[in-house]
Amino acid sequence: MREALEGSQAIARAVALCDPDVVAAYPITPQTHIVENLSKLVAEGDLHTEFVSVESEFSAASVVLGAAASGARAYTASSSQGVLLMAEVLFNIAGMRIPLTMTVANRAVSAPLNIWNDHADSMAVRDSGWIQLHCENNQEAVDTTIQSFKIAQDTDLPVMVCMDGFVLTHTMEVIDIPTHAQVRKWLPPFVFKRALDPSDPKSLGALVSPDFFPEVRHSHHAAVDKALPVIEKVDASWAKTFKRDCGGLLTVEGPEDAKVGILAMGSTVGTLRTGLEHHDGPGAKLIKLRAFRPFPADALRAAVAGLDSLIVIDRAISPGLGGILGSEVKSTLYGMPNAPRIHNHAIGLGGRDIPESIVGDLLSSIEDPDAPAFSVFDADLSMLPPEDR
Amino acid sequence: MIEYRIHGRGGQGSVAAAYLLASAAFEAGHTCQAFPAFGAERRGAPVTAFVRIDNKPIHLRSQVRTPDFLIVQDDTLLLDREITDGLKPGGAMIVNTKRSDDEVAEAFSCRTKCIPATELAMEYIGRPIPNTALLAAFLTMTGHLPVDALAAALKGRFKGKLLDNNLALIQRVTGMVEPGAWKETEHA
Repeated sequence: MREALEGSQAIARAVALCDPDVVAAYPITPQTHIVENLSKLVAEGDLHTEFVSVESEFSAASVVLGAAASGARAYTASSSQGVLLMAEVLFNIAGMRIPLTMTVANRAVSAPLNIWNDHADSMAVRDSGWIQLHCENNQEAVDTTIQSFKIAQDTDLPVMVCMDGFVLTHTMEVIDIPTHAQVRKWLPPFVFKRALDPSDPKSLGALVSPDFFPEVRHSHHAAVDKALPVIEKVDASWAKTFKRDCGGLLTVEGPEDAKVGILAMGSTVGTLRTGLEHHDGPGAKLIKLRAFRPFPADALRAAVAGLDSLIVIDRAISPGLGGILGSEVKSTLYGMPNAPRIHNHAIGLGGRDIPESIVGDLLSSIEDPDAPAFSVFDADLSMLPPEDR
Repeated sequence: MIEYRIHGRGGQGSVAAAYLLASAAFEAGHTCQAFPAFGAERRGAPVTAFVRIDNKPIHLRSQVRTPDFLIVQDDTLLLDREITDGLKPGGAMIVNTKRSDDEVAEAFSCRTKCIPATELAMEYIGRPIPNTALLAAFLTMTGHLPVDALAAALKGRFKGKLLDNNLALIQRVTGMVEPGAWKETEHA
């Protein structure tokens, strides 16, 4: 049913529709409303789950790890410092190939303290071995949340659903929430074949010596890679039932013959779309990357074919390197015949408002032959002392 | 698309006002988007919230920089003359104050309507939350949405006596302002 809902409230409802056996989370801005709404659903008797109130994100992640390892459908959520406090456990969850779902309400990472949106938190655990999917709007966040439970159990991998903190979590918009019956019909009951079982004892995450470790890592890498078709298949199955999709691995919009493309993840895509609609001049392709891990290299190479220039928007940086997404796109396109020239910019760090007029500025910046290969595009360098520029 | 900017103080329910207006737009069959200017909120500090209403999907996520209308929940915020920054030509401002329209309009170049929304809220609801009165007056004057849509949105939030009091307050306020007075600026 279509309703006007705050993003966080909608996510709590979506999680509840999936009948999680265990929910454990510790509140942190801007994820808090998700956890609050879940605990409210439990208190009001609308969600029957083991809601574990924990004293830290480390415990939240540990509880869902243990729960899922014993065969329970488990869910957690966090942001920023909370994600970092979970980091050790997040690697454990992925390394043990535990299927569960976590929402990251994306927020900048301290210091300096900043509660606003960018992607530094999920990027910090980029290499943990989780699937990472990004959402443009709250409808996609709801649909991806429900899909993530299926992707997790179809791949035996944990799935991180990344949604921009505040920009999505605190925004009310019209969202279609499926019914419980629809979701129950679409999402099979949770099954984890390797679940811990006293009648058939086994270990998860035990010591692995150098004799086996490279093989374990290879198989983890291969497993995440193999999630690519699963993510597409699950979105296609969703579209068949619910008559809307989330864009599979990535989507391409705009004129077929465009020579310039802009690539971004998350809610920024919406603002860029509006900016492109209102921009005079030759159109540009807009590439929305939904799957960040696994990285859809083949789909990306196909999406950029024919482009002369590709502007890659980062919402986080790796100091001393530049944009993270930009670097990954470059490495993916390396060696591709007629690969577009990459212009990599970080925008909106720490919640800096992104106006639609940035589209015009980005498009004109590619005309500048002296433009740096990477910039924090909306930084006002005049605010810095000369030695810091 | 019509864009609104709401100015209030922490504790007055600026975000609630934005959500209420967006919910009313949804009840009237429009698409909507409402969000706060995210800050480290504390009671009494200036708070801003934004609403967009349209008849097609809203993709833009930036803060509202050039609003069609301003809703000001606390008249001490008028001391900041920059409060009307970015207001579109022909835009208008509704203010919660006991002062007269002319007195407030004198200091600003936009059309202005004053409603003693806090006093009305105290009388009807017993709490100094100006949202229902301000939005009822605003919708009556602009005709953007039927006032019934506001009532429907309130029904989704409140029950019993509190709801009845809010609905009675709507009735009172709609009789205090000129219906359609700001209608010519409607372009949704």
